[in-house]
Amino acid sequence: MWSTGTATQQTSQTGRRTVADPFFAGLTRAAATVILLALAGVAAFLCSEAWPAVTAPSDRIAGGDGLVAYLWPLVFGTLLAAALALAISAPLAIGVALFISHFAPRRLALLISYVVDLLAAVPSVVYGLWGIFYLAPKLSHIYSWLADHVGWLPLFAGPASVTGRTILTAGVVLAVMTLPVISALSREVFLQTPRLQEEAALALGATRWEMIRMAVLPQGRSGVVSATMLGLGRALGETMAVALVLSASGLVTFNLISTDNPSTIAANIALQFPEATGIQVNTLVASGLALFVITFVVNFAARGLVARSSKSEGS
Amino acid sequence: MAKTIDVSDLDIYYGSFKAVEDVTLTMASRSVTALIGPSGCGKSSFLRSLNRMHEVIPGARVEGKVIMDGRGLYDVDVDPVLVRRDIGMVFQRPNPFPTMSIADNVLAGKRLNGKRMNRAEAAEIVERALVSANLWNEVKDRLRKPGASLSGGQQQRLCIARALAVEPQVLLMDEPCSALDPISTTAIEDLIHTLKERYTIVIVTHNMQQAARVSDTTAFFNLAGAGRPGHLIESGSTPKIFSTPDNPATEAYISGRFG
Ligand SMILES: Nc1ncnc2c1ncn2[C@@H]1O[C@H](COP(=O)(O)OP(=O)(O)OP(=O)(O)O)[C@@H](O)[C@H]1O
Ligand SMILES: [Mg+2]
Repeated sequence: MWSTGTATQQTSQTGRRTVADPFFAGLTRAAATVILLALAGVAAFLCSEAWPAVTAPSDRIAGGDGLVAYLWPLVFGTLLAAALALAISAPLAIGVALFISHFAPRRLALLISYVVDLLAAVPSVVYGLWGIFYLAPKLSHIYSWLADHVGWLPLFAGPASVTGRTILTAGVVLAVMTLPVISALSREVFLQTPRLQEEAALALGATRWEMIRMAVLPQGRSGVVSATMLGLGRALGETMAVALVLSASGLVTFNLISTDNPSTIAANIALQFPEATGIQVNTLVASGLALFVITFVVNFAARGLVARSSKSEGS
Repeated sequence: MAKTIDVSDLDIYYGSFKAVEDVTLTMASRSVTALIGPSGCGKSSFLRSLNRMHEVIPGARVEGKVIMDGRGLYDVDVDPVLVRRDIGMVFQRPNPFPTMSIADNVLAGKRLNGKRMNRAEAAEIVERALVSANLWNEVKDRLRKPGASLSGGQQQRLCIARALAVEPQVLLMDEPCSALDPISTTAIEDLIHTLKERYTIVIVTHNMQQAARVSDTTAFFNLAGAGRPGHLIESGSTPKIFSTPDNPATEAYISGRFG
């Protein structure tokens, strides 16, 4: 009696599993394929639309010096703005995440998490307006001080922009925008630290900060890099805020506070596209393709870096 | 090196819940004290209160005195971090730092003291601790491999080596063999035997034979019922507790006539 009961139950279970397993396997495989196809489709579109700009004679490209000369300042500006943004936001975001996960009392931690999550939901045009009307005028005072006192540094060579709408301001705005993304994800990663690892460090006589260095940061490192990559993605692709804040002249320079600023790819597309016709559109698409490639390269480089450093530490 | 720990009138709380009540117990230096008792009676809580690890749990606190070397561990001017450097701890589940190499695991506590070591010193500390923990021969050719690459029993001995490397006064062990096979268990019991010449050792165990084999003093904890605090029922020399305990509950627990 009993044995028959369990036997039928078992067969029905395995029976269901044999249907369910391939079904879900197929579903996940289909989802993965769709994503890859979408990506390939985008790449194909960009390539075909950019092609006329690649083959066009150089005097037909805006600026008159060919595609490379047109793209280079944009690529430079994009990378510079994103690098500035991450240089500011990544350390800050990791600090905020650690404070929430390991230092703040519970209620304060909840409050800060909530505020940070809220920051992530603010539309970028709002950040852009804030950048123009509040941040830029405030920063312009700092810029003129920097130009006067540390002007010997090429970064702050000046002359300082009076409006404050420089690449550094754009970087600060982007930093504020990427901070919530990086810190929210890092916080989750830090909260995942096994209690046992934390106690191992504490029992050895680690202070809280030493415990974080021994147990929390090592296991969270790859997660923090992923979080930073997502932030970088946002910084590279951000359009509206940069288009509003940055007053670009298209010059390639590391002078962060002057009126001469390179534009970024995304902002440039947004600003130029409405009036673009013919080959100009192809040129803009080509710049979009460049952005696509940059995002990939940066992502792979970062992942390679993580994989290599964790391997060298392991062996 | 070894120091005696005197506990008097100790109450242990998790928030408003009193987990252990009114424990008075002396753990002599250069000897092994075994803590036995049914699950939930507060052995781990008591052990963790001895090196102030109890308080890392939010809301957890103790009342009463823990005195080592004439100084109250819970005196206001005592830094818990320094207490933990003096009183090492080995956990029930092996917890080496997974990203660190075997050698770095051993040195982890040493590095906290901020002292710079040169290579030779570091190598010597690693070797000495691993030899003490009875692990040296098994790992001496792969000190740069990650700590997580060892078997469970080896990991546990690595954790013991890590605790020994900082040269503590006291070693606390919470069911150190519960996840191990009989051979690793024997290795660790042998290790406890040799270590007790230099350290004060307190060990929690559910294994009566193990308590009888390794300890000099046994303390039996019990609790009156769910939600009630655990108490120390009796303590004394291990042969006495195991042959002629004063309390019938002790006798019942040891002989297995107890849930
Ligand atoms: N983190 C915690 N928060 C709240 N209560 C806890 C916590 N840890 C333990 N307790 C409670 O304290 C009491 C004693 O627990 P403890 O872990 O010290 O028992 P134990 O004797 O070590 O048991 P075992 O033999 O199962 O390990 C139990 O009632 C338990 O529920
Ligand atoms: Mg326990």
